[in-house]
Amino acid sequence: MKRALLVPVLMVLALALFVLSLLVGPADLSLHDSVIGLFAGGSEAASIIMREIRLPRALLGVAIGFSLGISGAVLQGFLRNPLAEPGIIGVSSTAALGAVAIFYSGLAGSSLYALPAGALIGALIAVLILLALAARQGSTLTLILAGVALSSLSGALTSLVLNLSPNPFAAYEIIFWLLGSLKDRSMEHVALALPLMALGWILIAFSARAIDALSLGEEAAASMGIHMGRARLLIVVGVALCVGAATAVVGTIGFIGLVVPHLIRPLTDRLPSSLLLPAGLGGAALLLAADIAARLILAAGELNVGVLTALIGAPFFLWLVTRARREML
Amino acid sequence: MRLIVEALSVELGRRKVLDGIGLDLAPGQVIGLLGPNGAGKSTLMRALAGQVEAHGSMHLGANDLAALAPGLRARLLAYLPQTRTIGWRLTVRDLVTLGRLPWRGFGRRLAEEDRNAIDRAMEMMDIVPLANRIATELSGGEQVRVLTARAVAQTTPLLIADEPASGLDPAHQITMMQALRRIAAEGATVLVSLHDLTLAARWCDQVVMLKGGSLFAAGKPAHIMSDDRLAEVYGVTAHRAKDGKGLILTPVDLVENRQKP
Repeated sequence: MKRALLVPVLMVLALALFVLSLLVGPADLSLHDSVIGLFAGGSEAASIIMREIRLPRALLGVAIGFSLGISGAVLQGFLRNPLAEPGIIGVSSTAALGAVAIFYSGLAGSSLYALPAGALIGALIAVLILLALAARQGSTLTLILAGVALSSLSGALTSLVLNLSPNPFAAYEIIFWLLGSLKDRSMEHVALALPLMALGWILIAFSARAIDALSLGEEAAASMGIHMGRARLLIVVGVALCVGAATAVVGTIGFIGLVVPHLIRPLTDRLPSSLLLPAGLGGAALLLAADIAARLILAAGELNVGVLTALIGAPFFLWLVTRARREML
Repeated sequence: MRLIVEALSVELGRRKVLDGIGLDLAPGQVIGLLGPNGAGKSTLMRALAGQVEAHGSMHLGANDLAALAPGLRARLLAYLPQTRTIGWRLTVRDLVTLGRLPWRGFGRRLAEEDRNAIDRAMEMMDIVPLANRIATELSGGEQVRVLTARAVAQTTPLLIADEPASGLDPAHQITMMQALRRIAAEGATVLVSLHDLTLAARWCDQVVMLKGGSLFAAGKPAHIMSDDRLAEVYGVTAHRAKDGKGLILTPVDLVENRQKP
């Protein structure tokens, strides 16, 4: 495939899956009813299903998939490490912990915004800790080790909350949320998460020069005029906005940020900056596809999309690794 | 531009790695930086490139190197670090193109000037035939030439290269030194660390000898690279010959062996 075609092809793919996502669901709406329901109102039921159930779900699929894909791509470029994924800076775990704390406190039912707010506060705390460390030490390694420590700690605290939860149903609810799902999200969720994620995309886009220069190592990059401290700040805050907002509205969805850059990289010239947009679009397409599959696989009930991405993503990643060890980079 | 360094000191941890270095390097010259492992050659280069905190003053022309913003410094000074890192499977040409980053705006389009600088750097380093090869799959010596071409493509008045000739075959060692001379002939100041005494003696206009973090001697190679100084700085005796182009110096034995009865 010609490189110039990569972005348009991925755009068309993501758009097609977006439309398909609008058309698939337990309610048996005809194509005609769906379109009318979405744009013109039509029957009340069709209108509600399309505008308040399927549209936010598809929009979140696009935005969160894009966020996870671009976050994975920028972190892999920044760390020169193909194993990096958005979770590595610890923000997704602390966001999950924040949400779990809201569940445990019983505030989750009080407002639509309680759960996302808890997750965002969790993410914010992680970012503040990371920035304080990065400002003082100024090394990328410190940043990553701190991220790993934050992940472990919030994982342990999440387990603690589960351990202490008053009844099995509360624990069940928490576990279910942690599995990640796009189901039953509203336009309010979209309105909450989208601006934060969009800001994250912009910050990440501004780090494009830095991650290209970093291909040759930190010293060479700095000598080519890259302000390392500024690059670190852009990337940490950008990824934190993307991942924090995503986790806040849909829970944890793994593997997209790890796998998508690997799938797309061989189709680019392999400069980290040329991977950003395609990886975002690829992430959007993959999450939409996984979310559609999650609706179709089990006739009764529904799979959590986070489970599905991990279930498909992990073996696929293994296959990718064995097929082309040298191609990984 | 003239590079003037005064009272430059660097501490790493609590150890003083460089102590009171003073240099005055005229443009249009290749300056060889000599000294044994651990003498402070790389630290001096890193300090000039702004990679390590240093005390003292460093001026390139009227520019205070320590006070420059990274983006401006990158247009005055190109630096080839000793650690050769190639993070992704980039083609040779894409990698050399990275050297143009300091001159390009946010967009990706290359100007005519950028393309010329890239072509010239690749031609100088004799890597034109490798242009479409994957840089990570090249031999070590080829990678050094590609990475040096990246620094050369930056087209700066000061070029600092940490051991650009190590790992190269004999022909390419000479190609490398000829290229550095061409860059200097166009008016740049070229500072290179070298371990090959003959390369330093034949191709450098000036040599600067470091020993234990201090400046030991500086001047014309023929004058500076005397038996006594080589014995004191490196602890070696050298076989010495001369032809029309200059000195030929081959280390033969350790000084301590000679002194044994």
